[in-house]
Amino acid sequence: MTTADAVRTDRPPALARRERARTPATWVRRGGLSSLVLALPLLLVFGIFSWWPIVQAVVMSVQETNLIDPPTFVGLENFLTIFADPLLPTVVRNTAWFALLALVFGYPVPLVGAVLMSELRRRKGLYSVLAYLPVVVPPVVAVLLWKFFYDPRPEGVFNTILGAVGLGPYSWLNDQAMAMPALVLEATWAAAGGTVIIYLAALIGVPSELYDAAEVDGASVWRKVWHVTMPHLRGVLFITLILQVIGTAQVFLEPFLFTNGGPNHATLTVMLWVYQLAFTSIGNSFGEATALSLLLAAFLAVMSLVYFRLTRSWSQS
Amino acid sequence: MRSSRTTALAVAGVLSIGLLASCSSDDADGTGEGGKVKITVAGLLPTADDAAKEQLAERVAAFEEEHPDIDVETEDYEWKASTFTTQLAGGTLPNVFEIPLTDGKTLIENGQLADIDAQVRALPYGDDFNEALLANGTGDDGKVYAVPAKSIYAVALHYNRNLFEQAGLDPDQPPTTWDEVREYAKQIHDATGVAGYATMALDNAGGWQLAAGANSRGGVIETFDGEQYTATLDDPAVAEHLQWLHDLKWEDGSLLDRTDLGWGDINTEFAAGNLAMYTSGSDVYNSLVEANGVTADWGYGLTAIPTSGDGGALTGGTMAAVTKQSTDEQKDAAVKWIDWWYLSKLQDQDQAVADARTRAEADPAQAVGTPVLPIFSKENYEQSLEWVADYVNVPLEDMTGYTDVMFDQELVPEASAAVQDLYAQLFPVVQAVISDEDADVDALLATANEAAQQAIDG
Repeated sequence: MTTADAVRTDRPPALARRERARTPATWVRRGGLSSLVLALPLLLVFGIFSWWPIVQAVVMSVQETNLIDPPTFVGLENFLTIFADPLLPTVVRNTAWFALLALVFGYPVPLVGAVLMSELRRRKGLYSVLAYLPVVVPPVVAVLLWKFFYDPRPEGVFNTILGAVGLGPYSWLNDQAMAMPALVLEATWAAAGGTVIIYLAALIGVPSELYDAAEVDGASVWRKVWHVTMPHLRGVLFITLILQVIGTAQVFLEPFLFTNGGPNHATLTVMLWVYQLAFTSIGNSFGEATALSLLLAAFLAVMSLVYFRLTRSWSQS
Repeated sequence: MRSSRTTALAVAGVLSIGLLASCSSDDADGTGEGGKVKITVAGLLPTADDAAKEQLAERVAAFEEEHPDIDVETEDYEWKASTFTTQLAGGTLPNVFEIPLTDGKTLIENGQLADIDAQVRALPYGDDFNEALLANGTGDDGKVYAVPAKSIYAVALHYNRNLFEQAGLDPDQPPTTWDEVREYAKQIHDATGVAGYATMALDNAGGWQLAAGANSRGGVIETFDGEQYTATLDDPAVAEHLQWLHDLKWEDGSLLDRTDLGWGDINTEFAAGNLAMYTSGSDVYNSLVEANGVTADWGYGLTAIPTSGDGGALTGGTMAAVTKQSTDEQKDAAVKWIDWWYLSKLQDQDQAVADARTRAEADPAQAVGTPVLPIFSKENYEQSLEWVADYVNVPLEDMTGYTDVMFDQELVPEASAAVQDLYAQLFPVVQAVISDEDADVDALLATANEAAQQAIDG
């Protein structure tokens, strides 16, 4: 064996290089190209409509722009402005308040509705349709309708109804304390139907033998719900909860259309503030708006992660 | 197997290409068919009725006949801070658009308006503008970026004459002090159940009307010492006007219980007979006719805003500007349109008559002769009114409370620096007073003032 031979044979790096060089061809032969072409439309759609805007948002959060000329780099100034703004605590508090109210009132409503409906023997379809109906109403129409209900005059729909039992008249949306609960009420009405359908679908998956067995054992309705229905709904409940929290943290439509954040900032939420920063100031607050929405996105991402960590052990049933 | 895979690949490939193709943009080079210059211009309020649209269409047709090389397309337009910025960001503003008088300086500083100095100066009346008004559209470089157009107004008190009569009040003797307004409002509410008074409270319009109230009581929301702008939202006159609103709402119950009324909403409520008095620009009657179906025999009354001390009427108005992206040809065409639609009717008898005739002959008729302040000079304004005297169809005899004093009353210009930010800080305080009997006005104003000063300092 000559030195040259030894050199030639003991050259694993070169060999590896040659193998690496063949990799794309192997990849193509194994159908990689076809997979890529098949995935391309989806990648493009996501890329153009989801990922690219995210990248742009990150870039814009460190820029200042007049929306016409090329933007200028300002570093973290937008974030600092947001943190220094006295409105920040207000909008965070309002958003949390909306989320809490929606959780306390809005979260159990569809569950109770679905469980009750699954217990029905007849006309189940009719009740499902009734429950789902509000979801079909376009959100803007629903809000306008409820705005009409919330008419603060004594002749207003809700005030007339409540007046019949000696209550009111209430100012509803024109009252700082009442405005947010009024928004939550409409939001719950509008969204509950969709969740009811999800729960009903999950309930179909509960084997009826379990109920039969429970009945043989003499279980009450309450015990059946608690020991048979609920365990089967657990996975779905976890998902709807996180969806609800993410959804309520980004609430925009109701405060925007009902009150535009008023009265006196009582219903100004994070997303509405983002919108106002971006679009209702003729100054240069576009960067601050993107900075704020990035902060919200980061917060929600972290929260979702923590949530899934915490609940992983429970939901694997 | 083989063929289906090929098909799938082909379909996927085509989809991707189609997607990419649809993302590329075209158009917008400014030339229309046959080498014509194409411009889009701000037209009417989105709520305008058919008669107003027909009148505009007639004026467009006449313009295109006069300028065969220009193709004009109108777009519904209402100046709102929100839609304006959205259109600015999306690059979808019409070539000719309207802005509030006071936003001119900010937009020029931000570099958001096109330089139309040469074109405006070349107009036959280019040097005749009321200098104080034109200053709002002139940059620090002395160039013109926007011109006063449409209407320059003072804030005035609008009232429903029928409700006055129903409450036993003489509609020819409208209130002249804020105390009287309060008294009348209560009397109307007690007699008819309808709210006697209402104020805009939504968005910057709420702050704008609070400022107007404060100005009428001798206060200002911003001072300038020659070098530095200072926010004075905590001026006693601001608090005084808020206290007045508070008393209407919580002591008399005569204030319309709504914190969500903007510029258009309050017009709608007024036209529907749900409130008796409110303040807005002296020219709002045009919009009441155009968008809310108010007619000359509706019972509309207009009078000057009550003033006390050295208070005056807040003035404002609209300027026409051109988008920065416009080509030179478009800028030329745009200024020609500004001349045609907004200004020539004040300068040229034929134009004045043509405009007034199409407005008056529309079905239903559009307002002709609504009192506004002069863009050029008082003489010019009176001359132009004389030209169209035959077509004036607004109930001028019901507006004498305003027209008798419009040239003599004290006028207060809007704040110069960051005015929209000042309004944005003020409207939540108006909402607070209407929605909370125990609102701490002084504390709220102190906080608002701090934020306003930050906005001024930028």
